[in-house]
Amino acid sequence: MLSLKTLIKTDFETRTNAEILPRFTLIFIMKKLNELTIKEAYEGLKKGEFTSVDLTKACLERIKKRNKDINAFVSIFESSALAEAKKADEIIASGKQQILTGIPFAVKDAIDTLDLRSTGSAKILDNYVPPFEATVIVKIRAQGAVLVGKNNCDAFGHGASNENSMYGHVANPHDLTKVSGGSSGGSAAAVADNQCIFAIGEDTGGSIRQPASFCGIVGLRPNYGRNSRYGIMAMASSLDTVGPMGKTVEDVAILMEVMAGQDDKDATTIIDKVPKYSKNLNKKNKFVIGLPKEYFSVQGGSVSGGEAEGMNDEVKKIIENKIETIKKNKSLEVEFKEVSLPYTKYGLPVYYIIVPSEDSSNLGRLDGVRYGVRSSEAHDLYNIYAKSRGEGFPEEVKRRIMVGTYSLSSGYYDAYYNKAQKVRTLIIEDFNQAFAQVDLLLTPTSPFTAFGIGEKKENIMAMYLADMFVSPSAVAGLPAISVPCGKDSKNLPVGIQIIGPRLGEEKLLNFASLVEGV
Amino acid sequence: MNLDKEQILQIATLARLQLEEEKIDMYSEQLSTVFDYINMLSQVNTDDVVETTQVTGLQDIVREDIVSDSSEEKRQKLITLFPEKVGDLLKVDAVFENAD
Repeated sequence: MLSLKTLIKTDFETRTNAEILPRFTLIFIMKKLNELTIKEAYEGLKKGEFTSVDLTKACLERIKKRNKDINAFVSIFESSALAEAKKADEIIASGKQQILTGIPFAVKDAIDTLDLRSTGSAKILDNYVPPFEATVIVKIRAQGAVLVGKNNCDAFGHGASNENSMYGHVANPHDLTKVSGGSSGGSAAAVADNQCIFAIGEDTGGSIRQPASFCGIVGLRPNYGRNSRYGIMAMASSLDTVGPMGKTVEDVAILMEVMAGQDDKDATTIIDKVPKYSKNLNKKNKFVIGLPKEYFSVQGGSVSGGEAEGMNDEVKKIIENKIETIKKNKSLEVEFKEVSLPYTKYGLPVYYIIVPSEDSSNLGRLDGVRYGVRSSEAHDLYNIYAKSRGEGFPEEVKRRIMVGTYSLSSGYYDAYYNKAQKVRTLIIEDFNQAFAQVDLLLTPTSPFTAFGIGEKKENIMAMYLADMFVSPSAVAGLPAISVPCGKDSKNLPVGIQIIGPRLGEEKLLNFASLVEGV
Repeated sequence: MNLDKEQILQIATLARLQLEEEKIDMYSEQLSTVFDYINMLSQVNTDDVVETTQVTGLQDIVREDIVSDSSEEKRQKLITLFPEKVGDLLKVDAVFENAD
């Protein structure tokens, strides 16, 4: 079965259809190399059906062909990638292949990569080449995975549409007039468009799950502290996570096994043993799944500054149909139960106080003094700071820094940051109560499918509300995944979100693999 | 809530951000909108609620304080990142203005 799937293009071209047809009646499932999953690529490399150089070239060709339209990459590392692929082929030949050896991947540009340009998609770091690497990337590259390039994102992770990049927006591969989602939009688009086999993104309040949903791929936000954040450009330290984005739940589980674990360089990493996530998939256990009623009844209406879109009827229908399909599947023992998370509507306002506050503090380090781009117009210290930051940050970064500066300023701390941290406690209690009754929660990832480029750019509140289903679980530090769940009438992907209890990734991934299969 | 132009400029100064003159009104309007929205938290009674300070449940994570050397190679890489330099030294403009 697998060799059929991994049958390579060159093989195909050397034979005539007449020769192939009798032997391979399942030709329709034939994939190009860059379309393979991690598991399929691993098997193909192992059997010698193709090399890592073949695989890497296939991805690089796809990037070259599509980047001008989709713009998923800020930097492409063709020569180093091919050198890494050659080295990977030697490792495979020596019999020391690991699961990610020779597999081409991409990394969100807000994650530091050793000796390879990392801009965070902001001009203030246009020339930044880190002399160190994020721990999760070190682990992945230690297996011999091939880094093909850095993905465009909303600058420093600020956004839900990838329109806040200083290197241009990212187009959705399913419809180039639509956004990719954000902030890890380039990573989601690159995986969906087969420009790499997998990607590593970062999720502070939905930045992996929401673009995964818009682009039709699988994206996991791990439990806060499960993966080391060392080398991730810090945005909101009490929420930031780094996680995998892939074509299947299995790929994401494989990546979590490699990425997760305690790290001396990040004191917030959880010390619990890392489970064998990929070994516990497709297990037909009994599940009680909670359906939070607040997530299925979101109304549109006016928010200050314009109209906000509520839950799209078609998205709701698609999710409900999926629930019905799971219910009717006799081989599964899944019980659905309505639950209530009454503080859900406060998730987003809590998020928009905590995140800008922590942002304003973390981004203080970017000042044009020791690294990054210093304004050529500045001739005294104040202006080195103010002009370098003024020229090097896009509008959304400035907005967030200002909201945070105000929230944290003397006299306002109790009214904003402290208040938000108290409401955060209530949101966490909401989830605790729900998880006392159910194993996992199931919701839509986004109330709507990918919206038009420029459509929400002027109405920042409408843009912020795009994260309403993904921010509460982030505020609570919980793991959550987005899994593709069909398409709407405009042929745009819909994502289903599954939220797990604290450190519940194993159960979450198992159920996600069952959802993926029905 | 209304954050006027003067307040926006004050916040921007505190945050060391130069704003383009023609965009100040836009920021004033947008930030006022954001605060209108987040002010909905005042509806929530939090009198007896303890604020969240962390979500990991971890306590007292310590490690040995071991000094390790940074390589000359890494040092050179860091120096290469300096926006302006004199030899191996980082160049910045004077912090204090000249008294004359």
